[in-house]
Amino acid sequence: MSSRLSSAFAKPHPALVTFITAGDGDTAANLDALVEGGADLIELGMPFTDPMADGPAIQAANIRSLGAGTTTAEVLRIAREFRQRHPDVPLVLMGYANPMVRRGPEWFASAAAEAGVDGVICVDIPPEEDDALGPALRAAGIAPIRLATPTTDAARLPQVLEGSTGFLYYVSVAGITGKQQAVQASIEEAVERLKAATDLPVAVGFGVRTPEQAAAIARVADGVVVGSALVELVGEHGRDAPEHLRKLTSALSEEIRTAR
Amino acid sequence: MTTPPNSFRNQPDERGHFGAYGGRYVAETLMPLVLDLEREYRAAKADPAFQQQFDDLLEHYVGRPSPLYFAERLTEALGGAQVWFKREELNHTGAHKINNCIGQILLAIRMGKTKIIAETGAGQHGVATATVCARFGLPCTIFMGATDVARQQPNVFRMKLLGAEVVPVDSGAATLKDAMNEALRHWVANVHDTFYIIGTAAGPHPYPELVRDFQSVIGKEARAQMLARTGRLPDLLIAAVGGGSNAIGLFHPFLDDPDVAMIGVEAAGHGIESGQHAASLTGGAPGVLHGNKTYLLQDEDGQITEAHSISAGLDYPGIGPEHSWLYESGRVKYLPIGDDEALEAFQLCCRLEGIIPALESSHALAALHKLADDYSKDQIILVNVSGRGDKDIFTVADKLGVEL
Repeated sequence: MSSRLSSAFAKPHPALVTFITAGDGDTAANLDALVEGGADLIELGMPFTDPMADGPAIQAANIRSLGAGTTTAEVLRIAREFRQRHPDVPLVLMGYANPMVRRGPEWFASAAAEAGVDGVICVDIPPEEDDALGPALRAAGIAPIRLATPTTDAARLPQVLEGSTGFLYYVSVAGITGKQQAVQASIEEAVERLKAATDLPVAVGFGVRTPEQAAAIARVADGVVVGSALVELVGEHGRDAPEHLRKLTSALSEEIRTAR
Repeated sequence: MTTPPNSFRNQPDERGHFGAYGGRYVAETLMPLVLDLEREYRAAKADPAFQQQFDDLLEHYVGRPSPLYFAERLTEALGGAQVWFKREELNHTGAHKINNCIGQILLAIRMGKTKIIAETGAGQHGVATATVCARFGLPCTIFMGATDVARQQPNVFRMKLLGAEVVPVDSGAATLKDAMNEALRHWVANVHDTFYIIGTAAGPHPYPELVRDFQSVIGKEARAQMLARTGRLPDLLIAAVGGGSNAIGLFHPFLDDPDVAMIGVEAAGHGIESGQHAASLTGGAPGVLHGNKTYLLQDEDGQITEAHSISAGLDYPGIGPEHSWLYESGRVKYLPIGDDEALEAFQLCCRLEGIIPALESSHALAALHKLADDYSKDQIILVNVSGRGDKDIFTVADKLGVEL
């Protein structure tokens, strides 16, 4: 595993994982604001025309980004420059299969590695279809990060965990990003089940919007992922987004640090 | 091209792959569900009672078998091969779509699902889905691009009369692709009680296989009817391809008849070179979308580009994975036909045969105009008239500059 990824989960407090979409607004300034606010790990969304697992907030961010002409080269440039400014902050690309495999999985893996990316989350390549992208990423020294969901039963879990590295992303609701939030008890039960099956850190996301929700999850999980609430701020505030992002991230970070 | 396989009829493999295409490219939330669906489909396929109920509904509710018809005047006008039609437009609801909907709703009931969702472009699959939902008393939600809702009002009203809720989708270009995205989003959030009736031979495995199997009734009937009527098999099959369900339904039972040639007709819209078309094979490249790997219209970064066709049913930037495989294996040829050619074939069929064909089917008929000449008078070309064109009269009137 990349040392940056493992260090994010080796801190005395659970990790705050923040997501924004690349090319939506002034991404460099927005990313810096997340780091200043206390984000422990950055997920950078690769825009796609057909974000099937995303709710309205992230759909709109994808449309804004592509509408502004964001290309794969631009996403990689944003990552590379982030790495230069923040040599120690782990960075994960998250997105859909087609933009990742368009020029071939090896091309993508080596380009992402060259840009200083630590991990990749691909929403629509399940373990059953992961015989090209996963191996290419591992060969390039990048962690393929898998998703587990409320529908991932005990029989399937080993298959999801096999070849999974970095951390395990628990999608806490059967649904799309940014909509309803899961019941706390179900999150606790699920995290316990996952941690019994793997030594990987478990980060919980989907529907986490407020510092209070984040704190509740931080009491049981190794990481908390916040996406849509941040992406909405980018959409709402445009060039002024950084100060709003910094404020929400600080509030989230503070609650998470004192949750336990 | 690789060595031809022993059979073209034994795809997909156990992982749902047609050669390099197909598969199950879905979010983890949906994986357990598509695996369940596959198990249940295998069980249903092996259950004579399921097949019997399917056959019974096709006969008495859909009105099958659909006729095989010798198009005498069109044959004369084109001056080449004998032209025969498989009359899918005579089915209940006016197109081949109902065959698949009957099969899938029986599967849904078998799986204990209590709600049905579907996507629709022109509204034909939406109407067919709303129809079977009314027939079996299940609540039905149809996702339809807002652009399509505006241009297909008669079908929207039909769905509502049948008791369905129609949800307009505003994202993207607000057409079929966006309706499918929204249906997938709804499904992910309602997997416990909802069955998604996909309208074409695409999507995650096992959809391409089961849609093909349900639609194969077209080819099985046509093969038997042709043998009974003429004592021989056709020389060429022609069918229009959007996602490709009517085409694969006709082609599949003939795939291992080496003397039967096949042409799938893609919508070339304003022409391949214009960039405004829906010809995924001729003008696209392999990629991953909506649960399967297949040929897609996309840019160099893998962003999906908008399709264009005069026919709303062909207006989709992808194609079923089995077609991608048949294309690369060379067993089936694919030909692009533009809006104007389809429009001309539409009118000729109306006047010469007294049949108003769907604009989708008119693409197949237009290919006939190009090819009939290459065949002698004792040869047979069979065209799948997949749907009737009543729904298209507004589009056609508009193109011809006629105000209704």
